[in-house]
Amino acid sequence: MNPRRKKRLTIVTSIIIGLGVVAGLVLYALSQNIDLFYKPSEIYNGKEDTGLKAINGQRLRIGGLVVPGSVHRDPESLKVSFKLTDMKMPIAFSASDPTVTVSYDGILPDLFREGQGIVANGVLMNGNTIEASEVLAKHDENYMPKELADDMGEKHVKPDYSKAQLDSKT
Amino acid sequence: MMWKWLHPYANPEISYHFSGKILPWCARLAFIFLSIGITWALLFAPADYQQGDTFRIFYLHVPAAMLSMGIYLGMAIAALSSLVWQLKLADASVAAMAPIGATFTFIALVTGAAWGKPMWGTWWIWDARLTSELILLFLYLGVIALHNAFEDKALAGKAAGILALVGVINLPIIKYSVEWWNTLHQGATVSKLGKPSMSADMFWPFLICFIGFAFLVTALICLRFRTEVLNRNSMRPWVRELVADEEKAHAV
Repeated sequence: MNPRRKKRLTIVTSIIIGLGVVAGLVLYALSQNIDLFYKPSEIYNGKEDTGLKAINGQRLRIGGLVVPGSVHRDPESLKVSFKLTDMKMPIAFSASDPTVTVSYDGILPDLFREGQGIVANGVLMNGNTIEASEVLAKHDENYMPKELADDMGEKHVKPDYSKAQLDSKT
Repeated sequence: MMWKWLHPYANPEISYHFSGKILPWCARLAFIFLSIGITWALLFAPADYQQGDTFRIFYLHVPAAMLSMGIYLGMAIAALSSLVWQLKLADASVAAMAPIGATFTFIALVTGAAWGKPMWGTWWIWDARLTSELILLFLYLGVIALHNAFEDKALAGKAAGILALVGVINLPIIKYSVEWWNTLHQGATVSKLGKPSMSADMFWPFLICFIGFAFLVTALICLRFRTEVLNRNSMRPWVRELVADEEKAHAV
Protein backbone atom coordinates (compact mmCIF):
# COMPACT_ATOMS: atom_id res chain seq x y z
CA MET A 1 0.00 0.00 0.00
CA ASN A 2 1.45 3.39 -0.85
CA PRO A 3 2.31 5.73 2.06
CA ARG A 4 -0.42 8.30 1.34
CA ARG A 5 -3.15 5.68 1.36
CA LYS A 6 -1.66 4.12 4.45
CA LYS A 7 -1.74 7.50 6.19
CA ARG A 8 -5.36 8.12 5.20
CA LEU A 9 -6.33 4.63 6.37
CA THR A 10 -4.64 5.23 9.73
CA ILE A 11 -6.38 8.59 10.17
CA VAL A 12 -9.80 7.21 9.25
CA THR A 13 -9.51 4.12 11.47
CA SER A 14 -8.20 6.09 14.44
CA ILE A 15 -11.06 8.60 14.13
CA ILE A 16 -13.59 5.77 14.05
CA ILE A 17 -12.03 3.95 16.98
CA GLY A 18 -11.83 7.24 18.92
CA LEU A 19 -15.46 8.07 18.27
CA GLY A 20 -16.45 4.50 19.10
CA VAL A 21 -14.77 4.78 22.50
CA VAL A 22 -16.45 8.17 23.10
CA ALA A 23 -19.86 6.78 22.14
CA GLY A 24 -19.27 3.76 24.36
CA LEU A 25 -18.40 5.90 27.37
CA VAL A 26 -21.36 8.23 26.81
CA LEU A 27 -23.77 5.33 26.53
CA TYR A 28 -22.27 3.69 29.60
CA ALA A 29 -22.63 6.90 31.59
CA LEU A 30 -26.20 7.31 30.41
CA SER A 31 -27.19 3.68 30.82
CA GLN A 32 -29.61 4.33 33.67
CA ASN A 33 -31.38 6.92 31.51
CA ILE A 34 -31.45 4.62 28.49
CA ASP A 35 -32.93 1.76 30.49
CA LEU A 36 -36.62 1.88 29.79
CA PHE A 37 -37.79 0.57 33.14
CA TYR A 38 -36.98 -0.48 36.68
CA LYS A 39 -37.05 -4.16 37.52
CA PRO A 40 -39.08 -5.04 40.64
CA SER A 41 -35.89 -5.98 42.53
CA GLU A 42 -34.43 -2.56 41.65
CA ILE A 43 -37.34 -0.86 43.41
CA TYR A 44 -36.07 -2.45 46.64
CA ASN A 45 -32.30 -2.41 46.07
CA GLY A 46 -31.79 0.52 43.71
CA LYS A 47 -30.60 0.39 40.06
CA GLU A 48 -28.13 -2.39 39.36
CA ASP A 49 -25.19 -0.23 38.21
CA THR A 50 -25.74 2.96 40.19
CA GLY A 51 -27.63 1.83 43.29
CA LEU A 52 -29.98 4.76 42.73
CA LYS A 53 -33.35 4.15 44.40
CA ALA A 54 -36.72 5.40 43.26
CA ILE A 55 -38.58 7.53 45.81
CA ASN A 56 -42.28 7.58 46.66
CA GLY A 57 -44.24 9.81 44.32
CA GLN A 58 -41.69 9.36 41.51
CA ARG A 59 -43.06 8.67 38.05
CA LEU A 60 -41.32 5.65 36.59
CA ARG A 61 -41.69 2.62 34.38
CA ILE A 62 -41.66 -0.82 35.89
CA GLY A 63 -41.06 -3.96 33.84
CA GLY A 64 -41.47 -7.55 34.90
CA LEU A 65 -43.44 -10.75 34.63
CA VAL A 66 -47.00 -10.99 35.92
CA VAL A 67 -46.93 -13.38 38.89
CA PRO A 68 -49.42 -16.24 38.32
CA GLY A 69 -52.41 -16.06 40.64
CA SER A 70 -51.79 -12.42 41.57
CA VAL A 71 -54.23 -10.82 39.10
CA HIS A 72 -57.31 -9.36 40.81
CA ARG A 73 -59.95 -7.78 38.65
CA ASP A 74 -62.90 -5.81 39.95
CA PRO A 75 -66.04 -7.41 38.42
CA GLU A 76 -67.82 -4.02 38.25
CA SER A 77 -65.11 -1.81 36.77
CA LEU A 78 -61.86 -1.87 34.82
CA LYS A 79 -59.78 -1.68 38.00
CA VAL A 80 -57.15 -4.38 38.10
CA SER A 81 -54.14 -5.12 40.26
CA PHE A 82 -51.35 -7.62 39.78
CA LYS A 83 -47.88 -8.36 41.04
CA LEU A 84 -44.72 -8.15 38.91
CA THR A 85 -41.47 -9.99 39.48
CA ASP A 86 -38.10 -9.80 37.67
CA MET A 87 -37.92 -11.19 34.14
CA LYS A 88 -35.59 -14.09 33.85
CA MET A 89 -34.91 -16.87 31.42
CA PRO A 90 -36.11 -19.55 31.66
CA ILE A 91 -39.29 -18.26 33.21
CA ALA A 92 -39.66 -19.43 36.81
CA PHE A 93 -41.48 -18.07 39.83
CA SER A 94 -40.66 -18.56 43.49
CA ALA A 95 -42.31 -17.11 46.58
CA SER A 96 -39.07 -15.47 47.70
CA ASP A 97 -38.77 -13.26 44.56
CA PRO A 98 -39.25 -9.54 45.28
CA THR A 99 -42.57 -8.37 43.84
CA VAL A 100 -44.15 -5.00 43.16
CA THR A 101 -47.89 -4.49 43.01
CA VAL A 102 -49.31 -2.59 40.06
CA SER A 103 -52.81 -1.18 40.17
CA TYR A 104 -54.40 0.09 36.99
CA ASP A 105 -57.75 1.40 35.85
CA GLY A 106 -58.06 0.75 32.14
CA ILE A 107 -58.17 -1.84 29.37
CA LEU A 108 -55.25 -4.26 29.43
CA PRO A 109 -53.40 -5.09 26.18
CA ASP A 110 -54.51 -8.28 24.39
CA LEU A 111 -51.27 -10.05 25.27
CA PHE A 112 -51.80 -9.59 29.01
CA ARG A 113 -51.80 -12.87 30.93
CA GLU A 114 -50.16 -14.49 33.91
CA GLY A 115 -46.46 -14.99 33.25
CA GLN A 116 -46.43 -12.31 30.52
CA GLY A 117 -43.81 -9.55 30.39
CA ILE A 118 -45.39 -6.19 31.17
CA VAL A 119 -44.08 -2.62 31.21
CA ALA A 120 -46.22 -0.22 33.26
CA ASN A 121 -45.84 3.54 33.51
CA GLY A 122 -46.99 5.08 36.78
CA VAL A 123 -46.26 6.63 40.15
CA LEU A 124 -44.52 4.76 42.97
CA MET A 125 -46.55 4.64 46.22
CA ASN A 126 -45.69 3.17 49.63
CA GLY A 127 -42.36 1.87 48.44
CA ASN A 128 -43.71 -1.08 46.49
CA THR A 129 -46.96 -0.17 44.74
CA ILE A 130 -47.29 1.47 41.33
CA GLU A 131 -50.40 3.44 40.40
CA ALA A 132 -50.15 2.83 36.66
CA SER A 133 -51.55 5.13 34.00
CA GLU A 134 -50.41 2.92 31.12
CA VAL A 135 -49.80 -0.82 30.83
CA LEU A 136 -47.88 -2.16 27.81
CA ALA A 137 -47.24 -5.79 26.92
CA LYS A 138 -43.66 -6.87 26.25
CA HIS A 139 -43.72 -10.04 24.23
CA ASP A 140 -40.71 -12.31 24.00
CA GLU A 141 -38.76 -13.34 20.92
CA ASN A 142 -40.42 -16.76 20.68
CA TYR A 143 -43.06 -17.44 18.10
CA MET A 144 -44.89 -20.72 17.73
CA PRO A 145 -47.94 -22.12 16.01
CA LYS A 146 -51.07 -22.56 18.09
CA GLU A 147 -50.98 -26.38 17.96
CA LEU A 148 -47.45 -26.48 19.33
CA ALA A 149 -48.33 -24.00 22.07
CA ASP A 150 -51.38 -26.07 23.03
CA ASP A 151 -49.18 -29.16 23.29
CA MET A 152 -46.86 -27.28 25.62
CA GLY A 153 -49.77 -26.05 27.71
CA GLU A 154 -49.15 -22.43 26.64
CA LYS A 155 -52.68 -21.63 25.63
CA HIS A 156 -53.34 -17.92 25.34
CA VAL A 157 -56.69 -16.32 26.21
CA LYS A 158 -57.21 -12.59 25.72
CA PRO A 159 -58.50 -10.62 28.68
CA ASP A 160 -62.26 -10.50 28.39
CA TYR A 161 -64.51 -7.63 29.52
CA SER A 162 -68.19 -7.66 30.43
CA LYS A 163 -70.47 -4.85 29.36
CA ALA A 164 -70.78 -3.57 32.93
CA GLN A 165 -67.01 -3.29 33.22
CA LEU A 166 -66.65 -1.39 29.96
CA ASP A 167 -69.58 0.94 30.82
CA SER A 168 -68.02 1.85 34.15
CA LYS A 169 -65.27 3.77 32.37
CA THR A 170 -67.51 6.16 30.43
CA MET B 1 -1.57 -8.23 -4.71
CA MET B 2 -4.59 -10.30 -3.75
CA TRP B 3 -6.98 -7.48 -4.75
CA LYS B 4 -5.68 -7.24 -8.31
CA TRP B 5 -8.74 -8.94 -9.80
CA LEU B 6 -10.87 -6.08 -8.45
CA HIS B 7 -8.94 -3.34 -10.21
CA PRO B 8 -10.77 -3.45 -13.57
CA TYR B 9 -14.04 -2.70 -11.73
CA ALA B 10 -12.70 0.70 -10.66
CA ASN B 11 -13.27 1.66 -14.30
CA PRO B 12 -16.74 3.24 -14.61
CA GLU B 13 -17.43 1.72 -18.02
CA ILE B 14 -16.68 -1.84 -16.90
CA SER B 15 -18.67 -1.40 -13.68
CA TYR B 16 -21.57 0.08 -15.59
CA HIS B 17 -21.78 -2.92 -17.90
CA PHE B 18 -21.18 -5.43 -15.10
CA SER B 19 -24.01 -4.02 -12.95
CA GLY B 20 -26.19 -3.96 -16.06
CA LYS B 21 -25.54 -7.67 -16.48
CA ILE B 22 -26.43 -8.72 -12.93
CA LEU B 23 -29.39 -6.34 -12.59
CA PRO B 24 -31.98 -8.39 -14.56
CA TRP B 25 -30.93 -11.60 -12.77
CA CYS B 26 -31.33 -10.02 -9.35
CA ALA B 27 -34.70 -8.61 -10.37
CA ARG B 28 -35.89 -12.03 -11.60
CA LEU B 29 -34.68 -13.83 -8.49
CA ALA B 30 -36.25 -11.15 -6.29
CA PHE B 31 -39.56 -11.63 -8.07
CA ILE B 32 -39.45 -15.42 -7.72
CA PHE B 33 -38.35 -15.47 -4.07
CA LEU B 34 -40.72 -12.71 -3.01
CA SER B 35 -43.77 -14.18 -4.70
CA ILE B 36 -43.12 -17.58 -3.12
CA GLY B 37 -42.04 -16.15 0.23
CA ILE B 38 -44.87 -13.66 0.69
CA THR B 39 -47.58 -16.10 -0.42
CA TRP B 40 -46.18 -18.69 1.97
CA ALA B 41 -45.84 -16.18 4.80
CA LEU B 42 -49.27 -14.61 4.46
CA LEU B 43 -51.39 -17.63 3.54
CA PHE B 44 -49.71 -20.85 4.65
CA ALA B 45 -47.39 -20.15 7.57
CA PRO B 46 -49.11 -20.94 10.89
CA ALA B 47 -50.42 -18.04 12.98
CA ASP B 48 -48.70 -17.34 16.29
CA TYR B 49 -50.37 -18.79 19.41
CA GLN B 50 -50.37 -15.41 21.17
CA GLN B 51 -50.44 -12.80 18.44
CA GLY B 52 -52.52 -14.63 15.86
CA ASP B 53 -52.32 -13.32 12.31
CA THR B 54 -50.83 -10.00 13.43
CA PHE B 55 -47.53 -11.82 13.73
CA ARG B 56 -47.30 -12.05 9.92
CA ILE B 57 -46.00 -8.48 9.74
CA PHE B 58 -42.79 -10.11 11.04
CA TYR B 59 -42.09 -11.25 7.46
CA LEU B 60 -41.85 -7.65 6.29
CA HIS B 61 -40.62 -5.92 9.44
CA VAL B 62 -37.62 -8.14 10.20
CA PRO B 63 -36.14 -8.35 6.66
CA ALA B 64 -36.58 -4.57 6.29
CA ALA B 65 -34.85 -3.90 9.61
CA MET B 66 -32.00 -6.33 8.90
CA LEU B 67 -31.47 -4.92 5.41
CA SER B 68 -31.59 -1.33 6.69
CA MET B 69 -28.51 -2.20 8.75
CA GLY B 70 -26.92 -4.35 6.03
CA ILE B 71 -27.19 -1.59 3.43
CA TYR B 72 -25.66 0.84 5.91
CA LEU B 73 -22.70 -1.48 6.42
CA GLY B 74 -22.24 -1.76 2.64
CA MET B 75 -22.49 2.00 2.31
CA ALA B 76 -19.88 2.53 5.05
CA ILE B 77 -17.47 0.10 3.39
CA ALA B 78 -17.90 2.01 0.13
CA ALA B 79 -17.33 5.29 2.00
CA LEU B 80 -14.14 3.89 3.52
CA SER B 81 -12.75 2.87 0.15
CA SER B 82 -13.71 6.24 -1.25
CA LEU B 83 -11.87 8.09 1.53
CA VAL B 84 -8.78 5.89 1.64
CA TRP B 85 -8.32 4.76 -1.97
CA GLN B 86 -10.20 7.73 -3.45
CA LEU B 87 -12.30 5.63 -5.77
CA LYS B 88 -14.78 7.85 -7.54
CA LEU B 89 -17.05 4.88 -8.16
CA ALA B 90 -17.30 4.23 -4.43
CA ASP B 91 -18.82 7.70 -4.02
CA ALA B 92 -21.33 6.84 -6.71
CA SER B 93 -22.30 3.66 -4.87
CA VAL B 94 -22.68 5.50 -1.54
CA ALA B 95 -25.02 7.91 -3.31
CA ALA B 96 -26.86 4.96 -4.87
CA MET B 97 -27.31 3.06 -1.59
CA ALA B 98 -28.37 5.85 0.79
CA PRO B 99 -31.95 6.43 -0.43
CA ILE B 100 -32.63 2.66 -0.59
CA GLY B 101 -31.33 2.20 2.92
CA ALA B 102 -33.42 5.12 4.12
CA THR B 103 -36.51 3.57 2.53
CA PHE B 104 -35.94 0.22 4.23
CA THR B 105 -35.33 1.93 7.59
CA PHE B 106 -38.57 3.82 7.10
CA ILE B 107 -40.41 0.56 6.28
CA ALA B 108 -38.97 -1.07 9.41
CA LEU B 109 -40.10 1.85 11.58
CA VAL B 110 -43.60 2.07 10.09
CA THR B 111 -44.29 -1.68 10.15
CA GLY B 112 -42.91 -1.74 13.70
CA ALA B 113 -45.32 0.98 14.76
CA ALA B 114 -48.23 -0.80 13.09
CA TRP B 115 -47.23 -3.99 14.90
CA GLY B 116 -46.58 -2.26 18.23
CA LYS B 117 -50.01 -0.67 18.50
CA PRO B 118 -52.05 -3.89 18.69
CA MET B 119 -49.44 -6.00 20.51
CA TRP B 120 -47.66 -3.70 22.95
CA GLY B 121 -50.42 -1.12 23.17
CA THR B 122 -48.45 1.80 21.76
CA TRP B 123 -47.26 3.06 18.36
CA TRP B 124 -43.98 4.36 19.68
CA ILE B 125 -41.87 4.23 22.78
CA TRP B 126 -38.47 5.86 23.33
CA ASP B 127 -36.66 2.63 24.14
CA ALA B 128 -33.10 1.99 23.03
CA ARG B 129 -33.96 -0.18 19.97
CA LEU B 130 -36.57 2.11 18.48
CA THR B 131 -34.57 5.27 19.14
CA SER B 132 -31.34 3.90 17.64
CA GLU B 133 -33.21 2.74 14.53
CA LEU B 134 -34.68 6.24 14.21
CA ILE B 135 -31.13 7.65 14.44
CA LEU B 136 -30.19 5.30 11.57
CA LEU B 137 -32.90 6.94 9.46
CA PHE B 138 -31.50 10.38 10.30
CA LEU B 139 -27.98 9.21 9.38
CA TYR B 140 -29.24 8.08 5.98
CA LEU B 141 -31.05 11.38 5.49
CA GLY B 142 -27.86 13.23 6.48
CA VAL B 143 -25.81 11.29 3.92
CA ILE B 144 -28.40 12.04 1.21
CA ALA B 145 -28.49 15.72 2.19
CA LEU B 146 -24.69 16.06 2.16
CA HIS B 147 -24.48 14.42 -1.25
CA ASN B 148 -26.79 17.10 -2.59
CA ALA B 149 -25.39 20.01 -0.59
CA PHE B 150 -22.27 20.61 -2.70
CA GLU B 151 -21.89 21.47 -6.36
CA ASP B 152 -18.54 19.70 -6.41
CA LYS B 153 -19.22 15.93 -6.46
CA ALA B 154 -15.83 15.00 -5.00
CA LEU B 155 -16.30 17.34 -2.02
CA ALA B 156 -19.87 16.11 -1.51
CA GLY B 157 -18.67 12.51 -1.61
CA LYS B 158 -16.03 13.22 1.00
CA ALA B 159 -18.44 14.94 3.40
CA ALA B 160 -21.12 12.28 3.01
CA GLY B 161 -18.51 9.53 3.31
CA ILE B 162 -17.25 10.84 6.64
CA LEU B 163 -20.79 10.99 8.03
CA ALA B 164 -21.51 7.48 6.73
CA LEU B 165 -18.36 6.13 8.39
CA VAL B 166 -18.95 7.82 11.72
CA GLY B 167 -22.52 6.50 11.74
CA VAL B 168 -21.22 2.93 11.68
CA ILE B 169 -20.96 3.19 15.48
CA ASN B 170 -24.75 3.11 15.53
CA LEU B 171 -24.93 -0.40 14.00
CA PRO B 172 -23.72 -2.40 17.03
CA ILE B 173 -25.84 -0.13 19.22
CA ILE B 174 -28.97 -1.08 17.26
CA LYS B 175 -28.04 -4.76 17.23
CA TYR B 176 -27.22 -5.07 20.93
CA SER B 177 -29.60 -2.41 22.31
CA VAL B 178 -32.01 -5.14 23.39
CA GLU B 179 -29.26 -6.90 25.36
CA TRP B 180 -27.39 -3.95 26.87
CA TRP B 181 -30.43 -2.12 28.19
CA ASN B 182 -33.90 -3.19 29.12
CA THR B 183 -36.28 -2.26 26.34
CA LEU B 184 -39.89 -2.86 25.35
CA HIS B 185 -38.66 -4.37 22.08
CA GLN B 186 -37.95 -8.10 22.41
CA GLY B 187 -34.60 -9.77 21.76
CA ALA B 188 -33.39 -11.31 18.51
CA THR B 189 -35.42 -14.18 17.03
CA VAL B 190 -33.43 -15.09 13.91
CA SER B 191 -30.29 -12.93 13.76
CA LYS B 192 -28.42 -14.76 16.47
CA LEU B 193 -26.14 -17.73 16.84
CA GLY B 194 -27.88 -21.02 17.35
CA LYS B 195 -31.42 -22.05 16.63
CA PRO B 196 -33.96 -19.35 15.70
CA SER B 197 -36.66 -18.87 18.36
CA MET B 198 -39.45 -19.94 16.06
CA SER B 199 -40.65 -23.22 14.65
CA ALA B 200 -39.32 -24.39 11.27
CA ASP B 201 -42.63 -23.86 9.42
CA MET B 202 -42.49 -20.20 10.48
CA PHE B 203 -38.77 -19.78 9.81
CA TRP B 204 -38.58 -21.06 6.21
CA PRO B 205 -40.97 -18.49 4.74
CA PHE B 206 -38.98 -15.83 6.60
CA LEU B 207 -35.73 -17.02 5.03
CA ILE B 208 -37.26 -16.97 1.54
CA CYS B 209 -38.73 -13.50 2.08
CA PHE B 210 -35.39 -12.28 3.38
CA ILE B 211 -33.47 -13.63 0.36
CA GLY B 212 -36.11 -12.09 -1.91
CA PHE B 213 -35.78 -8.67 -0.29
CA ALA B 214 -31.98 -8.95 -0.43
CA PHE B 215 -32.12 -9.56 -4.20
CA LEU B 216 -34.59 -6.69 -4.55
CA VAL B 217 -32.18 -4.40 -2.71
CA THR B 218 -29.28 -5.53 -4.92
CA ALA B 219 -31.33 -4.90 -8.06
CA LEU B 220 -32.39 -1.43 -6.86
CA ILE B 221 -28.82 -0.54 -5.93
CA CYS B 222 -27.56 -1.66 -9.38
CA LEU B 223 -30.24 0.44 -11.01
CA ARG B 224 -29.40 3.58 -9.05
CA PHE B 225 -25.67 2.94 -9.35
CA ARG B 226 -25.91 2.84 -13.15
CA THR B 227 -27.78 6.14 -13.20
CA GLU B 228 -25.20 7.71 -10.86
CA VAL B 229 -22.31 6.48 -13.04
CA LEU B 230 -23.93 7.88 -16.20
CA ASN B 231 -24.62 11.20 -14.46
CA ARG B 232 -21.08 11.57 -13.21
CA ASN B 233 -19.48 10.56 -16.54
CA SER B 234 -21.86 12.27 -18.96
CA MET B 235 -18.95 14.03 -20.71
CA ARG B 236 -16.93 10.86 -21.31
CA PRO B 237 -16.72 9.43 -24.84
CA TRP B 238 -18.02 6.00 -23.78
CA VAL B 239 -21.23 7.52 -22.39
CA ARG B 240 -21.69 9.64 -25.52
CA GLU B 241 -21.21 6.55 -27.64
CA LEU B 242 -23.78 4.70 -25.52
CA VAL B 243 -26.29 7.52 -25.94
CA ALA B 244 -25.65 7.66 -29.68
CA ASP B 245 -26.24 3.89 -29.95
CA GLU B 246 -29.49 4.18 -27.98
CA GLU B 247 -30.65 6.98 -30.22
CA LYS B 248 -29.87 4.95 -33.31
CA ALA B 249 -31.66 1.88 -31.92
CA HIS B 250 -34.79 3.84 -31.10
CA ALA B 251 -34.51 6.09 -34.16
CA VAL B 252 -34.94 9.31 -32.20
